[in-house]
Amino acid sequence: MISWAVVLLQLAQVLDLPTVTNNPHTTAADLALGKKLFAARCAGCHGPGGDGGKGANLVVPVLPRATNDLGLYRVIRYGLMDTEMPGSNMTPLEIWQVAAHVKTLGRMEEGRLPGDAGRGGELVRGKAGCMQCHAVGVEGGRVGPSLSDIGSRRGPRYLREKLLEPAKDVPDQFRLVNVTLKTGQRVTGIRLNEDNWSIQLRDMKDGLHSFWKDDVAELKEDRRTVMPSYRGRLADGELNDVVAYLTGLRGNQ
Amino acid sequence: MKILLGLAMALTLPAQVTHERLLNAGNEPANWLTYSGNFAGHRFSQLDQINDQNVAGLAPLWVYQVNSLQKLETTPLVMDGIMYLTEPPSHVTALDTRTGKPLWKYRRVIPEDVRVCCGQVNRGVAALGDLLYLGTVDAHLVALDAKTGAVRWDVPVADYKAGYSITAAPLAVKDKIVVGMAGGEYGVRGFLDAYDAKTGKLAWRFWTIPGPGEPGHDTWAGDTWKTGSATTWVTGSYDPELNAIYWGTGNPGPDWNGDQRGGSNLYSDSVLALDADSGKLKWHFQFTPHDVHDWDSTEVPVLVETEVRGTKRKLLLFPNRNGFLYGLDRVSGEFLWGKPYAKQTWAKGLDDSGRPIRLPNTFPTLEGTAVWPGVAGANNWYSPSYSPRTGLLYVATREAGAVYFTGEAEYSKGEQFNGGGFRSVQGEEPWGAVRAFEPATGKLAWEYRLFTPPWSGLLSTGGNLLFGSTNEGQVFALAASTGKVLWRFQAGGLARSNPITYLSDGKQHVATAVGNAMYVFALKP
Repeated sequence: MISWAVVLLQLAQVLDLPTVTNNPHTTAADLALGKKLFAARCAGCHGPGGDGGKGANLVVPVLPRATNDLGLYRVIRYGLMDTEMPGSNMTPLEIWQVAAHVKTLGRMEEGRLPGDAGRGGELVRGKAGCMQCHAVGVEGGRVGPSLSDIGSRRGPRYLREKLLEPAKDVPDQFRLVNVTLKTGQRVTGIRLNEDNWSIQLRDMKDGLHSFWKDDVAELKEDRRTVMPSYRGRLADGELNDVVAYLTGLRGNQ
Repeated sequence: MKILLGLAMALTLPAQVTHERLLNAGNEPANWLTYSGNFAGHRFSQLDQINDQNVAGLAPLWVYQVNSLQKLETTPLVMDGIMYLTEPPSHVTALDTRTGKPLWKYRRVIPEDVRVCCGQVNRGVAALGDLLYLGTVDAHLVALDAKTGAVRWDVPVADYKAGYSITAAPLAVKDKIVVGMAGGEYGVRGFLDAYDAKTGKLAWRFWTIPGPGEPGHDTWAGDTWKTGSATTWVTGSYDPELNAIYWGTGNPGPDWNGDQRGGSNLYSDSVLALDADSGKLKWHFQFTPHDVHDWDSTEVPVLVETEVRGTKRKLLLFPNRNGFLYGLDRVSGEFLWGKPYAKQTWAKGLDDSGRPIRLPNTFPTLEGTAVWPGVAGANNWYSPSYSPRTGLLYVATREAGAVYFTGEAEYSKGEQFNGGGFRSVQGEEPWGAVRAFEPATGKLAWEYRLFTPPWSGLLSTGGNLLFGSTNEGQVFALAASTGKVLWRFQAGGLARSNPITYLSDGKQHVATAVGNAMYVFALKP
């Protein structure tokens, strides 16, 4: 028993995680500092109001990756592996203060959206053609990011902007590139990695490729993204419907 | 037998690191005795066993894994076959350079409430006599026995609870240990300290923000000098002939909101020339008066002798975070030349005295103002290199902008004192380049493009090589004369360090940290 306690204690120290599970810093002063820190450190991606941008929409009742206080602390401290959420070097106190502020965002009224989610779902599967590239649950394509939980990751404002200007803020994992090798071979695909000397991509049939740049005659970004702009393709009301549908996708499909 | 015994002794009893040895560190390339390799900040080694003809055969010899999630920004020292490596937060490990095995470890217990804005990092130790000197994130200076790692003395430099910390490698000059402090995001008041190397007694302190009655005090409105930062968090250089220490200073605080601290805010964002014995100011040069973009001038000053417009000069080269590269006369502080060396959109240029001619609408706003360079600057803490062999200055340059925000700034002891924030410029594809410049003019000699803005410094060698590393995990060697890539190795992590080189058993090694590990390379036998 004792040895287990020691092991657990050491583990907590190694991870330098707090030993409390509930946020101990939630006074009005903490919240005020948390708000300030959020503006400086988080708002760049999450938006000044926390309703998402390049980063997740935090104006939700439950944060799927941080369902309790300690979970939220952990996400802010260490980031989320393989997402764009980085770790933070703030002090434990500051992290708690930011966490306290983030929790208040979820208590804000989520503004009622003007669109009809049911109609939006039909558009996504029909006229808009989203499922050619995006997945909702097991249904759909994999050229673009999955939409299964897009409503908890991105806010309506951002989604609407993205539908109109898709080339803005393309996540690094979804760049469409054309590679022409010195042998004449051509491959088009989604860029998986790139550095000074090599590039890896996945073609439209899920084939994986890796090239040394020395063997590449031409490398160009095909388009910033294959996603078309829906400006003019969807009427304003239809856009509202699609945004309403997407906002409701919270990973429970 | 006597010779063999002598060699064995050399391994077990490290020779004393005298000031004379440090003065001639460049002529002792078997060892890496001081942060930048020599006092002039060159990060150059005469070693040429590994050279532009055989570098293709360079391969990893050993890797030492650091047991920390914090960034590894260290420059190790190497003396007589032993590498003295600092690890985050404020640890030291002595490693056998032949095997990578630890010989002793110093592990410091760090209070939970230390404040370090940008990671509990450490960039290296200084060596003098038979001691090593370590600055800690809880703002102490510690002297360790180089043979055992035992603490000889441990003195507080400042109050860590007020946001002070030490991340830079100290600089051993004569009988003193010069140490800079960090904390520029916490409303501290900056200083540079020198301690007696034997006793740890404070020898002098230079406040980087003048107090009441001192010249320059009036460059701060009201009481803002008390919380104006101007830290000293990167190791400086030293000219023994002039007995001058050259040290860069950090941003004024709060970073992005300058409303309350009206004035040019001396000596923030400056390079200081201080008398090594007394710490008295010989001259200063401020690169960015009244900075509101967090452009710390905490880069390594590079000291070079060359002719400028027909006159032989003792130059100080300074690739500044603000996007300009400067050539100053380091005897007088006179501005000789300065020019942009990366994209910059905040100044029309520099006037005859080197002062920036600011463009309108470049200050942070509530809505955000896009300005180049970005908050991390065109250069940062990591080291440039100067090769006397090629006569070129090398800078790992960053090409990225930022959107700067202004915000509230109310000082509270130990709390962040930023006055705003920043984010990346939407749609921008930041990149970087290794750039080679002529010291007399700042003219670009060549450039080697990097995929993303680097976080690692450079090392040039007598073998016509220039070593560096990338965010994508590669360590590389370029031909120092042309910038052609000659070798690379994928080390699997974001590199944030400065390379060094030395001899182990008479064989040249190159060492650099990548990710959370120390990599050592040697030619394949």
